[in-house]
Amino acid sequence: MTAPLLSVEHVTRRYGPRIGCQDVSFELWPGEVMGIVGESGSGKSTLLSCISGQGDPDEGRVVYDARDLGPVDIREMSEPRRRMLMRTDWAFVHQNPRDGLRMTVSAGANVGERLMAVGARNYANIRAQATDWLGKVEIDEGRVDDRPAAFSGGMQQRLQIARNLVTGPRLVFMDEPTGGLDVSVQARLLDLIRGLVRELGLSAVIVTHDLAVVRLLADRLMVMKDGRRVETGLTDQVLDDPQHPYTQLLVSSVLQA
Amino acid sequence: MTPQDTEYNFAYLDEQTKRMIRRALLKAVAIPGYQVPFASREMPMPYGWGTGGVQVTAATLTPEDTLKVIDQGADDTTNAVSIRKFFQKVAGISVTEKTAEATVIQTRHRIPERDLEAGQILVYQVPIPEPLRFLEPRETETRKMHALAEYGLMHVKLYEDIARHGHIATAYAYPVLVEGRFVMDPSPIPKFDNPKLSNSPALQLFGAGREQRIHAIPPFTRVVSLDFEDHPFERGGADADCAICAASGVYLDEVIVDDAGGRMFVCSDTDHCRERLEAGHRGPMGAPAEGEAA
Amino acid sequence: MIELADVTKTFTLHQQGGQVLAVIRGASFRVDPGECVALTGPSGSGKSTVMRMVYGNYLAQAGSIRVAGLELTRAAPREISALRRDRLGYVSQFLRVVPRVPTLEVVAEPLLSLGVARGAAEARAADLLSRLNVPKALWSLSPMTFSGGEQQRVNIARGFAHEYPALLLDEPTASLDPVNRGVVLDLIAEAKARGAAILGIFHDAEARARVCDRSVDVGAFSPRSEAA
Repeated sequence: MTAPLLSVEHVTRRYGPRIGCQDVSFELWPGEVMGIVGESGSGKSTLLSCISGQGDPDEGRVVYDARDLGPVDIREMSEPRRRMLMRTDWAFVHQNPRDGLRMTVSAGANVGERLMAVGARNYANIRAQATDWLGKVEIDEGRVDDRPAAFSGGMQQRLQIARNLVTGPRLVFMDEPTGGLDVSVQARLLDLIRGLVRELGLSAVIVTHDLAVVRLLADRLMVMKDGRRVETGLTDQVLDDPQHPYTQLLVSSVLQA
Repeated sequence: MTPQDTEYNFAYLDEQTKRMIRRALLKAVAIPGYQVPFASREMPMPYGWGTGGVQVTAATLTPEDTLKVIDQGADDTTNAVSIRKFFQKVAGISVTEKTAEATVIQTRHRIPERDLEAGQILVYQVPIPEPLRFLEPRETETRKMHALAEYGLMHVKLYEDIARHGHIATAYAYPVLVEGRFVMDPSPIPKFDNPKLSNSPALQLFGAGREQRIHAIPPFTRVVSLDFEDHPFERGGADADCAICAASGVYLDEVIVDDAGGRMFVCSDTDHCRERLEAGHRGPMGAPAEGEAA
Repeated sequence: MIELADVTKTFTLHQQGGQVLAVIRGASFRVDPGECVALTGPSGSGKSTVMRMVYGNYLAQAGSIRVAGLELTRAAPREISALRRDRLGYVSQFLRVVPRVPTLEVVAEPLLSLGVARGAAEARAADLLSRLNVPKALWSLSPMTFSGGEQQRVNIARGFAHEYPALLLDEPTASLDPVNRGVVLDLIAEAKARGAAILGIFHDAEARARVCDRSVDVGAFSPRSEAA
């Protein structure tokens, strides 16, 4: 714990005259899970795309502590290096599993793709690792040759997670990972993500509008509104003793289960 | 050498167009396996009939050249005959069915059995030049993948083959790695022909008319078929000899000969078969006189 | 180990026209290692609020709160996370767990997150669950379906799994039968004996008398009583 894994410094992204996100800064330390909450249009997805190397911020820097290079501004990395990083050290779990999976190839090939992308060329090994990961995300190993189109929404999401984690990333970005799933399926997925995060020592940034999700998964919380950060702190502190008017509104708007 | 009976420019295309194509060809030769965009012209034949190959051939031909055109190994099928006649008419060049005599060979989906020689040019007709298209529909993304040599996806296709069929079932258009750099679709030749792509003394040019791409394998370039350590590339091919000329170790076509399921295997390369017959080789179905092969 | 100096807590209710509720003013006290201190005062006097501030769950508006060497009012979130992981335990009144996680795992989790080997962590968890008379048949089930008393015992086992130098207890004996109440009081006494600084809320006067060395009357920090 000598340096932050990810340092986001004054990141701003505009869409013409409209603000996507403005002057957002935070640090993510190894093993930390940070939640970003806010309503639709609050800029949380824009921010996520900027810090995950998918979109370019107009201003600010995103510094990642790479295994071999040390802290480096991801925009100053060469594109091959950045893409390699995104395939190995990073993972991105999309809200819609169809955005993160290849629907026309089998579950095994979906999991194996990242292995093959980093040079794995032994079919039996690739398949064994893919099968092992299906087990870890609680998908019956007998379904390794089935296409994800034949899976339920929860299974697709778990497959997407396996596909992302197979190369042992250190940093996972998740965009509404439980969105669109039934409550019982959500609980199972949350439990799975939580276990994997701890066992693998992952750091994660989770964007969601669901406060129950961040309470269970995130150590820290950032609340966004109109592209800006309005409040940040320990997750339970922000939810139990919100300071900003908007956070108070957000917390009080949630139905108590 | 100017075509006597037509008003066409030599080899149909105007000189500026041929120069444009030649520049693309030079670039393709300089970067083996790389798909060079070119401004494909409308040709007097439909897409899918070899417009890409025809344009490359037109840009390559000189009046001294001898042209051979094959379609699935045969010189006498519609596509081969019409393209051969086209160039006879618009370029006035001499044509041949003999691989050994040809200086330029335009081919659809085969490489001749006879070893090609230095100085010969093999022009392939290519329907879809992008080997990654199967899994990645975005052209912007596939170009980036080529640029960065990110070829994991190609193995996903082969993985899927093994998972589904127990072996790599891709039998034609089998992807290759050219000179350790670019993954290339060798056009829909049978994978049986893949080994002949590598280290050939001839110049191999590939033209995709509809997709507007040209790529090339210069002479003596290393071309490796992709595979897995535990599922190595296999050439495949029918386990039989040619019924007409008794050739073995060549690519054979299966021919159904009656309504009772009777069949025979014959050389797909008709010139090769004829050459062997002339040399006295005979299979069980080989007529003593010169055969009109299959 | 735990030291508060002139701590003030107000709530600003932005949803109700920015109304400001003053809850705690001038709270100062300390808890030393090996000592158990009870927070007392009538209902609504702010006992839980003080506890939550000491845990970092509520923000103090002014003053200083030091726990195990960390100044909470100026600490970064991850410093508080680290404090909670290895130095500051909290047994709340209600068990809050992820659905589907088995009881044994719930109790062992604080040790696992400290990097204790799974075998050792589960052995410690099993020991505590046995002492608190949670039937072994329940260990592999999620505590979410348990009765209130069972949930509370799981919660206590979790809170005592790791030997924190500082420990916060919110009504640890509520809803327990006499036998288990005795076990919990023993656990508290053992924690004191190893040098833990304990701050607690005990409505159970008898329990308070048995384990607490002294009391702090939160009513004295009430801004209302001062105004009256």
